[in-house]
Amino acid sequence: MSRKDINIVIGGAAGQGLVTIGQLLAKAVVRAGHHLLVTQRYMSRVRGGHNTYAIRMGGDYLSGGTESIDILAALNSEAFARHVDDVRDGGLIVAGTDLETGERDALRIPFEELAPKPLFHNTVMLGVLGRTIGLDRGIFEDLLGQTFGRKGGEVVEANVDVLRKAYEWASGRDHGFPGRIGPGSGSGRMMINGNEGIALGAMAAGCNFVSYYPMTPSSSVAMALIAKGAPLGLQYEQAEDELAAMNMAIGASYAGARTLVTTSGGGFALMGEAVSLAGVSETPIVCVVVQRPGPATGMATRTEQADLDLVLHAGHGEFPRAVFTPATPEDCFYLTHRAFDLAETFQTPIFVLSEQYLADSYRDVEPFDLDGLPKTSRPLLEWDGEEYKRYAATDDGVSPRLVPGFSEALVRADSHEHDENSRITEDKTVRVTQNSKRLRKESGLFEEVIGPDYYGEENADALLVCWGPTLGACLEAVERYEGDESLAVLHFKQVYPLREEQFMEFLEGAGRVVAVEGNATAQFARLIASETGFVIPDRILRFDGRAMTWEYVLKGLTDIL
Amino acid sequence: MVSIEEYGDFETSWCPGCGNFPILKSLKQALAEQGIAPRDVIVSSGIGQAAKLPHYLRCNMFNGLHGRALPVAQGIKMANPEAAVLCVSGDGCTYGEGGNHFLAAIRRNLDLTLLVHDNQIYGLTKGQASPTSARGHVTKAQPEGNRSDAFNPLSVAVAMKAGFVARAFSGEPEHLAEVIKKAMNHKGFSLVDILQPCVSFNKVNTYGWYSQRVYFPEDHDPSDWGAAMALSEEFGDRIPLGIIYRADKPVFGLGGRLAEQEYDRNDLKAVLQSYT
Repeated sequence: MSRKDINIVIGGAAGQGLVTIGQLLAKAVVRAGHHLLVTQRYMSRVRGGHNTYAIRMGGDYLSGGTESIDILAALNSEAFARHVDDVRDGGLIVAGTDLETGERDALRIPFEELAPKPLFHNTVMLGVLGRTIGLDRGIFEDLLGQTFGRKGGEVVEANVDVLRKAYEWASGRDHGFPGRIGPGSGSGRMMINGNEGIALGAMAAGCNFVSYYPMTPSSSVAMALIAKGAPLGLQYEQAEDELAAMNMAIGASYAGARTLVTTSGGGFALMGEAVSLAGVSETPIVCVVVQRPGPATGMATRTEQADLDLVLHAGHGEFPRAVFTPATPEDCFYLTHRAFDLAETFQTPIFVLSEQYLADSYRDVEPFDLDGLPKTSRPLLEWDGEEYKRYAATDDGVSPRLVPGFSEALVRADSHEHDENSRITEDKTVRVTQNSKRLRKESGLFEEVIGPDYYGEENADALLVCWGPTLGACLEAVERYEGDESLAVLHFKQVYPLREEQFMEFLEGAGRVVAVEGNATAQFARLIASETGFVIPDRILRFDGRAMTWEYVLKGLTDIL
Repeated sequence: MVSIEEYGDFETSWCPGCGNFPILKSLKQALAEQGIAPRDVIVSSGIGQAAKLPHYLRCNMFNGLHGRALPVAQGIKMANPEAAVLCVSGDGCTYGEGGNHFLAAIRRNLDLTLLVHDNQIYGLTKGQASPTSARGHVTKAQPEGNRSDAFNPLSVAVAMKAGFVARAFSGEPEHLAEVIKKAMNHKGFSLVDILQPCVSFNKVNTYGWYSQRVYFPEDHDPSDWGAAMALSEEFGDRIPLGIIYRADKPVFGLGGRLAEQEYDRNDLKAVLQSYT
């Protein structure tokens, strides 16, 4: 197969500006009309350490990240030493003249010559990279204007001047790198990451309240909402802890706000009690859990898919829920929008389960079609029926939800078992009635389940089963597989509830079934087994804190097949 | 006019003689005298006997989890700034399980009123020491006497310069009703710590014990922080009642009622545009 894409990895210490270079370069790539996928690896520290910002770009849609490097931009010796072996034959290393690169050929930038002071070194690097892959300088000039405009015209001009010098310098270099980026595929696309996709999906659903306690890698969902939500009337609060964040959200939702809570596994563990409260009080809540490796504090800035069990079982007692697992920023947008609708329709907690890799992974996406979005359900503001019963035992388990303070009817919600009028009860008949009523909502949620997507020919020799952003690595591994076996991928963007008729034929029709997951125990394979009795025998599991890549899947497949 | 009867009359699960009864009565009186209709009141409560109060009051309510009444109340207020939001719970719920929320709520300063039924004991779980039990207080769970110092909610609230800090007593229901009214009229977070004898499990801090000690300080100026701090420390032979500290401070800013708010699609389109 031929793939005309370029993978640029910028490596250096935190504080050296690699994210700034990366963001500007990525944005320029999208503005030039190319597809893009960004993978960020960083450490839990503000300065120092070793971080990478990898931008994979091309004319074709990119399903996931890759480990092979076309251009390594080393901002320090450690970046060079760590990644030099991943630079493919014919690839290019870009580094300052002061950097020790041993035997390896490298494009050595004389930063001091090209920039009046160290402050501009990042702009030099940007210019050299931009010229090397053949991007129009004007795109960067516009971007520098937008980025530094607030600091004044002089700052912009100084940067543009440095950029021009860097372009000129790079034009005269014969570095043997042939890999100019291919033709573009259209402009006007947005560049967003997974967490921004979630924030935008929430806004599109009318989210107007977010409470959270900051926790990497979930915080940027709330940050994006706060940064962009003002025109939409967003109220927000950084709570004193996760317990407060979840309870505050429940209070706001009860009072009619459309609420989002964001956290990661450790914070979500603290929210468990209040998840149960949302269940029994039948309060709509959309909870975004962005996974990172555990247990406990784990690896704060790395990625993993090991909190599925936690989210499936969070909260004591029994109540309905649904769990979405987006693969892309587009999924993040549409599934979060849908989560708001389901939460309100069924008055129960709904989860969006993402992970660090997707949270920080930028892609180019078509602007979302806001006018084409389905309307989301809303609570009642007026009640003119007979006596209002907050927990009326209906056939579908869904009681009319009225917002307090808008009508004469009083709205009373309770954490205890209660009767239809919210009075505390220990009556066994009422208990059974109410618990059954709540669980009846599962039928409605079941009707709404989004089935998995099947990629590949029918009855393939081997079927890769995955969920969340692991999809990209699986698709590319299948594309690149050179063995005789036919391969297919079954991807779940909703992992709970499961509807057997949507996927059992795929599992049963495949020669072999392989679970591909970012955890050590194949949590989703266990869920399928417990729900359907179908045991997935083979596994490709990754739990080193790094995102699944096609190389990793391919190696696993070679071992299995 | 709003009559007390509109706030209902319910059978309760409180013990006969419980200090909670006068609190409920005073609260109804305070609400009725302010002309606030039940539909405009939202009460959040936690867990414990005190937290059952909204079940015995005709109003909107959210009876939540142990210690978490304040976060819920604040969420409610943020979503509906027009509602009169009250948070009602006991000393264990508010100062123990919910201690961090108590501190944060004072700092945040939303316009809501916290009523704490402070009986210095865990009543619902049958008599263990609470955060406000005195050091040495003997219970079945603390047979050698409570080994911790008592939490002084008033000193903490005054030290943090909460805008409205008051103490009342179940045995002085008229005064209590007046204090609740003033607390609700205060713009910002207001605390009313209410001495409320537990007739079943606290054999020390009884009606008689409190009655012999409470007094209404004369010439106290609640705007004098130093004097308030000193007064808040008084809890022994003499226990002051009334407004201990009062100050106007910036109130947590709020928009309109979130339930009736719909965004303009063009605003969101502009947001999307900012990502290109």
